Amino acid sequence: MELLIFYPLAGFCVVLALGVVFNDSPVGSALSLIGMMLGLAGIFVLQQAHFIAILQIIIYAGAIMVLFMFVIMLLNLKKGDDAGGIVRERNLLLSVLTGILAIGILYKISDIVFTAKVDTPAILPDSFGTVANIGETLFTDFVLPFEVASILLLAAMVGAVVLAKTKLD
Amino acid sequence: MWVDLAITLVKILFIFAITVGFFAPVLTWVERKQSALMQDRIGANRADIMGFTVLGLFHIIADALKMFTKEDFIPDGANKVLHTISPIIALVPALLTFAVVPFGGQYTLFDKEVNLVISDLDVGLLFVFAIASLATYGYVIAGWSSNNNWSLLGSMRTASQMISYEVTMGLTIIGVLMVYGSMKLTEIGAIQENFWMWGVFLQPVGFFMFLTASIAENKRIPFDAPEAESELVAGYFTEYSGLKFGMFFMAEFIEMVTIGAIMTILFLGAWHIPFLTTATLLSWFDFLGTTGSNLVVMLIHLGVFFAKVVFFIYLQMVIRWTLPRFRYDQIMKLGWKILLPLSLANILVTGLVILALN
Repeated sequence: MELLIFYPLAGFCVVLALGVVFNDSPVGSALSLIGMMLGLAGIFVLQQAHFIAILQIIIYAGAIMVLFMFVIMLLNLKKGDDAGGIVRERNLLLSVLTGILAIGILYKISDIVFTAKVDTPAILPDSFGTVANIGETLFTDFVLPFEVASILLLAAMVGAVVLAKTKLD
Repeated sequence: MWVDLAITLVKILFIFAITVGFFAPVLTWVERKQSALMQDRIGANRADIMGFTVLGLFHIIADALKMFTKEDFIPDGANKVLHTISPIIALVPALLTFAVVPFGGQYTLFDKEVNLVISDLDVGLLFVFAIASLATYGYVIAGWSSNNNWSLLGSMRTASQMISYEVTMGLTIIGVLMVYGSMKLTEIGAIQENFWMWGVFLQPVGFFMFLTASIAENKRIPFDAPEAESELVAGYFTEYSGLKFGMFFMAEFIEMVTIGAIMTILFLGAWHIPFLTTATLLSWFDFLGTTGSNLVVMLIHLGVFFAKVVFFIYLQMVIRWTLPRFRYDQIMKLGWKILLPLSLANILVTGLVILALN
């Protein structure tokens, strides 16, 4: 039953992820990305993580992608515009670093896939993934990372305002 | 299992019938009559069948026929796929919100607990917010795909306006959440059985901010800069005709119902009658047996809930025909410089009061 929902959702995500890469128009790419995020939210729901699924929709599909669309429209990028046709020079260091990063991620994924106990899934408590439960974890066990992340976001926000202001008073 | 599935299906059909089948068409007529009343005119009264006009109610049928039979026009240079799907993207979120909106409490019918909500999500309140934030795309893509500068300007305004007022909406929701300590809309509704626990009393500032933000999200006057007829022809739907235009039109009216329903649940005591608990109501109809009394109470609660929804729809209509359109910079100023600090202050004050009371 679960697989019956998982495979169409996963296939949907993969197809749209390819759509992001292969679409010629920026708006098409952005729309594919939104669709893929909705699919991901569906997969989170399948994992009983309702809260994460909703956050995925609110933050990525709802807030960040609207800003992307806004910028794309503001610049009015059309098909084949290539954002001004800039072709970046190849940077050896950057390519090597990206390659290492990709290999690292692939290693981690394969590690998880091969060591996962697929036949004996963990039994989840009823409160798993509820808002109350996540809030409690966030404010007890992970309170330091949480606060550090908040300060980082605040700093980024102040930085954005300072950069956007043409002259400071 | 099949019984549960059937019950859910009935609820979904009920919601469709009442929004698409009843509210959306009737509201088009109500809006014309309401505006006529406020401007001292007679309003729609010409459409007649065999000489009968019935207060102009036949205009609903005439409007529907007109939309179905009009030419469906896609301009040259428009993105055909996106131009076609954007009205759908605009309409779906308005309807989807109802998946988590409870339109009544819990009743025992034929030894079965029936909950009058389609899906009682643990994150219901956030679901409403998430769906509201997705609605932006329909309008933004509509303007962009039309290949028309007026449309593009309209959708730019839509995007900026909806992003701005979503912030206020989200922060107001946090205040409600702090007061009730739950995101389940059914629980929030159930707590308001006590008259003094109604959201208007606990979150008076939040009530007005949420109402303002949701009217802005629905892009109705005074926040209709995205479609401003006198400046942008018709804004993001300039290039739409026929049933596709009809879908944008319908989305606006269904969203009015959605706003009314959410406001009722969060701030106006949901399906409860002031000072009258469900238990008292049930005891009045005790002579009908368990199923009978529950059924009667359920119908009463449904009536009360939709009466409150109608009140909010009326309020939105009166506001629409009273105020002039705000200028674009005024809308931005109100959103970012007045409502945003106010909603942050609201959270702070709510937190302090809760701390003091504990």
